[in-house]
Amino acid sequence: MFSDYSMSELGAIFAMQGFAGLILFSVFVLMALGLAIIFGQMGVINMAHGEFMILGAYVTYLMSNFFADYMPALFSMYFFVAMILAFIASGALGLFVEWAMIRHLYKRPLDTLLATWGLSLILQQIYRSVFGAREVGVSIPDWMMGSLPVTDLIEVPINGIFVMVLAVSISLAVYILMFKSVWGRQVRAINQNRVMAGAVGINTEWTDRLTFGIGCGVAGVAGAAFTMIGSTGPTAGQLYIVDTFLVVVFGGAASLLGTIASAFSISQAQSIMEFFLSGSMAKVLTLLTVVGILMIRPQGLFALKLRK
Amino acid sequence: MMTNASNRFLSRSELIGFAVLAAIIFIVLPVMLDTFRLNLFGKYLTYAFVAIGLVLCWGAGGILSLGQGVFFGLGGYCMAMFLKLEASTPENTAIQSTPGIPDFMDWNQLTALPVWWEPFKVLPLALLAVVLVPVVFAFIIGVAMFTRRVGGVYFAIITQAFAAILTILIIGQQGYTGGVNGITDLRTLLGWDIRTDEAKEVLYYVNGVLLFVVLFAAQFVRKSKLGRLLIAMRDQEDRVRFSGYNVANFKIFVFCLGAAFAGIGGAMFTLQVGFMSPTLVGIVPSIEMVIFCAVGGRLSILGAVYGALLVNWAKTTFSESFPELWLLGLGGLFIAVVMAFPNGLAGIWAEQIAPRLAKLTKSGGASVPLPDAAKSPAE
Repeated sequence: MFSDYSMSELGAIFAMQGFAGLILFSVFVLMALGLAIIFGQMGVINMAHGEFMILGAYVTYLMSNFFADYMPALFSMYFFVAMILAFIASGALGLFVEWAMIRHLYKRPLDTLLATWGLSLILQQIYRSVFGAREVGVSIPDWMMGSLPVTDLIEVPINGIFVMVLAVSISLAVYILMFKSVWGRQVRAINQNRVMAGAVGINTEWTDRLTFGIGCGVAGVAGAAFTMIGSTGPTAGQLYIVDTFLVVVFGGAASLLGTIASAFSISQAQSIMEFFLSGSMAKVLTLLTVVGILMIRPQGLFALKLRK
Repeated sequence: MMTNASNRFLSRSELIGFAVLAAIIFIVLPVMLDTFRLNLFGKYLTYAFVAIGLVLCWGAGGILSLGQGVFFGLGGYCMAMFLKLEASTPENTAIQSTPGIPDFMDWNQLTALPVWWEPFKVLPLALLAVVLVPVVFAFIIGVAMFTRRVGGVYFAIITQAFAAILTILIIGQQGYTGGVNGITDLRTLLGWDIRTDEAKEVLYYVNGVLLFVVLFAAQFVRKSKLGRLLIAMRDQEDRVRFSGYNVANFKIFVFCLGAAFAGIGGAMFTLQVGFMSPTLVGIVPSIEMVIFCAVGGRLSILGAVYGALLVNWAKTTFSESFPELWLLGLGGLFIAVVMAFPNGLAGIWAEQIAPRLAKLTKSGGASVPLPDAAKSPAE
């Protein structure tokens, strides 16, 4: 199948396909980070995670309309405002949900899964009633349009680069939060030994709530970034939820590094296979491989060594 | 009296419960409803097969599978493949470029029947496949997961991934599976037209009888030592293991049993509704099947049947008149059942209504002995 292409063309195809994989990777990382915080550190299955993400996307959509109507001069910068607001909106909803629902279910993880699925249905219907069933797209500022020619055969889209930069910076921010801040130390302490953490004076209830809120807030930022490369619909979140959970589980639930590594391998495998096979078969093979590896190694790629 | 009752196959109250359900399914519904509605309730009852399997897996065994739609779908597709082959005689498909193969294959430029479709030309083989294919599939998943002690939420996520994989596969391989439309236009079963009103009523009764066979099988498992071991495993898995039982084998067995039930339900779905499509296989239908079981009561096999009937009836009624309210209602149902009524309808019956009835009649009848799940459902 390669005989029709010259060497340089082949190289370009692999580079472009690899780059498409990198964009997918960034999206996976952004989505999985929030989940890695919530599921990895707290052990809570949040099936409504995709809907928190979509909330961020809709906030971005609203902000882009608002800036276009009232502050066209600042339009090129609206995305950064939208991102902060998306974090606040999703985070606040997360805090509320933890207070109203999740905290009563900590001892029943399977029930949390069902309850948050119910929440996701409700949120989807609310989005559909408020924003309509159709997908909406945001207007991207001029500086994000177009693509950068690297060589005469390879071109990379600027919005893709932007999403990648965003993924890297948010990963860094989460890393610093987890490993350098007081909150991060408390979260990890609770993850390792809840009773002891409580005994040394950590407010475990409040830390749990904050953790859930921050995880949801990161999902909101992921949703905001998502609008730069795709359109948003009420059910868009559901499409990604299984992928995202697999990314987190595959990486080893409690390991941030594992999440990033597994997001990278899954996205690259999928986008490279997509070139040789049909999109659906590439997806099937990727998922099967991941599930197969998980059957052999249930603890994921990077398992934390904990004394239980 | 309590201990005596629980040793018998059916205690007095359970016997009454079975009899009431039989009366509803075989007498009340057929008398009250026209053929169209009866067929609809027959469709709801096919979900009850899945829900009963889930009561055993999830309620008793603590294994939550979010991929029961896979088994339902596999059973349904096995049946649909047989019916489709029977409908695609060379005479019926004479206008195709390759007569004698199903129409969707012809549309996708296939010129011969794939080898793995061949066994489905024979009814006994197809019926065997309805049960065996889901069971073999469940066995492979079960062996891989349970012997490595994967359980709880991990198992739930991975079964969900299987539901996603199978859906994508069916939709992607249009030429072999009928794609997103599924296998449609099914006509006869061994020359007997399944689309007539008379056939629909007969199939409803066949479905009802099969449902009771499955119910008795489930009751047998619950009353056996295996059933008690399952509950012990759900509550204290390590203790059962340390007592010398092979926990994984019990889990595999009950998972396969649930898959077999789901497969039978899927086949009956195909026969009564007349098609099978990937919309019944994926993540969303699979998780809805869990809610049928949860609403009915995850510990009660009779409750599961009522749950399936009630939720589906509500779905049809509400989504006909208020499509927007339905999703809100379903979402609210998920949350309410989990947070306020973890034992579902059966729990409400056993805790609220049955004691009051007993007080009213002063017969002192035993309430349904429900293991207390509010303390420790699942984990």
